[in-house]
Amino acid sequence: MPDISYAWCKAVLKENAVYILLPFKLNKLKLAISFFFQLTKNLMNCVLNLVWNLMKLYDLLCLEGLVRGLQVFKERIKAPVYKRVTPNGEIQKLIITEETARIRPYAVAAVLRNIKFTKDRYDSFIELQEKLHQNICRKRALVAIGTHDLDTLSGPFTYTAKRPSDIKFKPLNKTKEYTACELMNIYKTDNHLKHYLHIIENKPLFPVIYDSNGVVLSMPPIINGNHSKITVNTRNVFIECTGTDFTKAKIVLDVIVTMFSEYCENPFMVEAAEVVFPNGKSYIFPELAYRKEIVRADLINKKVGIRETPENIAKLLTRMHLKSEVIGDGNQIEIEIPPTRADVIHACDIVEDAAIAYGYNNIQMALPKTYTIANQFPLNKLTELLRYDMAAAGFTEALTFALCSQEDIADKLGLDISATKAVHISNPKTAEFQVARTTLLPGLLKTIAANRKMPLPLKLFEISDIVVKDSSRDVGARNYRHLCAVYYNKNPGFEIIHGLLDRIMQLLNVPPGEKKGGYVIKASEGAAFFPGRCAEILARGQSIGKLGVLHPDVITKFELTMPCSSLEINIEPFL
Amino acid sequence: MADGPVAEVLLRQLATADGGLDSAELAAKLGVEHQAVVGAVKSLQALGEIIEAELRSTKRWELTAEGEEIAREGSHEARVFRSIPPEGLAQSELMRLPSGKVGFSKAMSNKWIRVDKSAADGPRVFRVVDSVEDEVQRRLQLVQGGQAEKLGEKERSELRKRKLLTEVTLKTYWVSKGSAFSTSISKQETELSPEMISSGSWRDRPFKPYNFLAHGVLPDSGHLHPLLKVRTQFRQIFLEMGFTEMPTDNFIESSFWNFDALFQPQQHPARDQHDTFFLRDPAEALQLPMDYVHRVKRTHSQGGYGSQGYKYNWKLEEARKNLLRTHTTSASARALYRLAQKPFTPAKYFSIDRVFRNETLDATHLAEFHQIEGVVADHGLTLGHLMGVLREFFTKLGITQLRFKPAYNPYTEPSMEVFSYHQGLRKWVEVGNSGIFRPEMLLPMGLPENVSVIAWGLSLERPTMIKYGINNIRELVGHKVNLQMVYDSPLCRLDAEPGPPRTQGTA
Repeated sequence: MPDISYAWCKAVLKENAVYILLPFKLNKLKLAISFFFQLTKNLMNCVLNLVWNLMKLYDLLCLEGLVRGLQVFKERIKAPVYKRVTPNGEIQKLIITEETARIRPYAVAAVLRNIKFTKDRYDSFIELQEKLHQNICRKRALVAIGTHDLDTLSGPFTYTAKRPSDIKFKPLNKTKEYTACELMNIYKTDNHLKHYLHIIENKPLFPVIYDSNGVVLSMPPIINGNHSKITVNTRNVFIECTGTDFTKAKIVLDVIVTMFSEYCENPFMVEAAEVVFPNGKSYIFPELAYRKEIVRADLINKKVGIRETPENIAKLLTRMHLKSEVIGDGNQIEIEIPPTRADVIHACDIVEDAAIAYGYNNIQMALPKTYTIANQFPLNKLTELLRYDMAAAGFTEALTFALCSQEDIADKLGLDISATKAVHISNPKTAEFQVARTTLLPGLLKTIAANRKMPLPLKLFEISDIVVKDSSRDVGARNYRHLCAVYYNKNPGFEIIHGLLDRIMQLLNVPPGEKKGGYVIKASEGAAFFPGRCAEILARGQSIGKLGVLHPDVITKFELTMPCSSLEINIEPFL
Repeated sequence: MADGPVAEVLLRQLATADGGLDSAELAAKLGVEHQAVVGAVKSLQALGEIIEAELRSTKRWELTAEGEEIAREGSHEARVFRSIPPEGLAQSELMRLPSGKVGFSKAMSNKWIRVDKSAADGPRVFRVVDSVEDEVQRRLQLVQGGQAEKLGEKERSELRKRKLLTEVTLKTYWVSKGSAFSTSISKQETELSPEMISSGSWRDRPFKPYNFLAHGVLPDSGHLHPLLKVRTQFRQIFLEMGFTEMPTDNFIESSFWNFDALFQPQQHPARDQHDTFFLRDPAEALQLPMDYVHRVKRTHSQGGYGSQGYKYNWKLEEARKNLLRTHTTSASARALYRLAQKPFTPAKYFSIDRVFRNETLDATHLAEFHQIEGVVADHGLTLGHLMGVLREFFTKLGITQLRFKPAYNPYTEPSMEVFSYHQGLRKWVEVGNSGIFRPEMLLPMGLPENVSVIAWGLSLERPTMIKYGINNIRELVGHKVNLQMVYDSPLCRLDAEPGPPRTQGTA
């Protein structure tokens, strides 16, 4: 069995990267892992589950974390204890000025002292920062990381905000100085950096960090200065994280220092830095806080559905980087949550780790004894019944989009959009998603247009929801369940659509006639209909919709060529 | 009519013929069009075993219209030669003759004539030889006389190139007596009629046999949409398992019910403009259950109910933002909240309805799709129970091999993705996502502490596409649907069929 080393892990991951990314290649990854580990089937399941679980944790975005995770899981090593140490000399200081309050108010910092990079380690260090930026940092909007060669700088450092024209420095990998305004222009065409510009663009002040000699460390969240650039030979690293979310900034700093303090002369020791906030209060970072939770073993057993001894559960958790021991009455487990496990915020997170270490596929399945009587949602029940009889009446069911363009529900039907009560989408990527439909008719007409090669007549229907504004609802809008049908042929076929209405009313047990509970159609007007060929449908004392022959303009606007008649009603009055 | 005069003659000729006869020869003998004999053969064939006919094709050479003219009048070059008097002819005049242009060049290359360009009134043409052999005419006359085989291959192909000859294929029948041969044929009835039934004449009449290889006439009918046929089956499965349908007829939802109530933090990527459709009008929810909202706010920003919380500044404006729901879990949250307002009774809920994502569209992703969701709320539910319910649910879909893998969901913990081995595709495919709702979601609603809620979800489109072998989702959902596919789609029997129809790719 090979040692679970950095090199080994890298090789396995490289070889199986595609399998990790594509879960359905599960079997091949299993094969690879079992070959290297020579595991039993159950243990293999656990390791496999673990690898995936590790992928979700921030600290395991890098190989250092994955290797350490697997080594702890296999009980090769004990989980390291991360310590913050105060330097013998002067502590590095970062002073935040009040100008940052309106743009990017938080900053944290730490130092990795006497670190030894190699090419691999250095690449991994850069890669981790990039992954964090994409992930927990929300594309640098919440947090941005800057890492610097401390030996090129002299503290204390100042984190402030200045007018872009007043910021001038030589940015990373450039040979001359630019003002912040110039940089924003240059980076507009930079494929990587252009995605971050919007975070500070158009703000009066830009965030910037200086050392005591006025050297620019970075202009977060865009770019670092070239002066303090780190290299493979850098021995002392100053790390700053600025952001709009204090909690996340602290987590990101913890992740970086816990992962890379391994390569310091004193492994897992992180040199503290002091950050002074505008109100004068000063804090020491990184936090590297260890928290203790006490969870009862029977709770874990009950939530997962297993029967393990408290000792075994403690062992499972310890292997998941949660150092645990049985205490008190022998049923309580004290769990230490390390700074690398920011995802653990509730006992249920601990329960999940126990279940993963146990192996999901090893859990005994059971059926809950929950006794319930099933009910259908009445509107859906009516819809289902009507769908079958619409098909039995010779109409074919369409399924069209609930989102469409303004044009579809207004201009093309001869209406003004303001007359539709439609809800409007604020951020559509294309015109197809401007509004929610207020009528099913456009969808059916577009379906016909896409199927003009089919033999005539085309008889289509749809029973689905439309959306309109309604201030009596909590969200200010509501759905209505509509039934729409169209007949498309060489003749308008009004009598066919009219006959379909009669059939629908027959099915709904609504008799013809004006008397109470009956239905009638009355001559009416409608922008979408040919003059004199439109009627309103009144049933059970209320207007439920219209039927008629479509206006030639409507037919043309939907790229159709034949006469067409249609019917659209709200079916909710018949519940 | 099957017993036309030609058919009768054919049968009589066949009765005396030795072995059989050829349809073309018969046509020539009778002096009728060959097609008439072919018609007779076919109608006799339709009557059963009266005759046997074997299709033969023979090739032969025929003259084209121009070829026939040449066989009659001589080749163009010979006609040119003949039209030149001994004293010669002006070239311009020669060219005006019908055969002038073609005949002149050919006669020149045969060295039959010459041109004197120095003549006083323009070039003149003179004979060079006294007489010529019109070889072309002779050869064409040979073909006309049915002696094409006397010409060499090269000679025939030269004539064909000049478009004077064509090769035609003649399809003829070699007709011989069938096992039920008879010279007297009676007219066969095609269909049973009411008159035959009442008169009883059907007893004495022969009936024309049916061709059972032909297709029937499809009935005029309406058709249900395949995706919604699958929806019906999923509803049926949930109802069989005792699950009650949740109301989901509200596409518009507030961020509060869609995200905050599910303990999804306000900076979560799913709440980004790039992933979710937000509304411009109505932009904000008008009412929120404020008591509950405060408990949710506290849980997000400070923690509580045993949780550390996310520790960030939770904003009510963010929760009020209206959107098109991104999952039906918002409806599940509303149902669970309603459940929590009464003394607790166990519940099983399901829903199948549309959800909306502001995503990049491709062959398998649309901006809207249907989500299937199941929820069980009861005291003491375990991960093992979740897996047990999933096993029963998927067994009803005809899926028996399941595997579970850890996953990350903001509102479930533990979370598990469900995979099944697909026999048709021969690989493990993700069939759903599941988990136990977080206490931070349930306890602020007011549900009792020892109540667990297990839930799972999947899309309706994906199993439908696999089931019906559809690769492009636009052929299934939306107005670009292929109506022929809708017309032709079979019943949806989820547990009865092994896999997708074999396509060319997998065959």
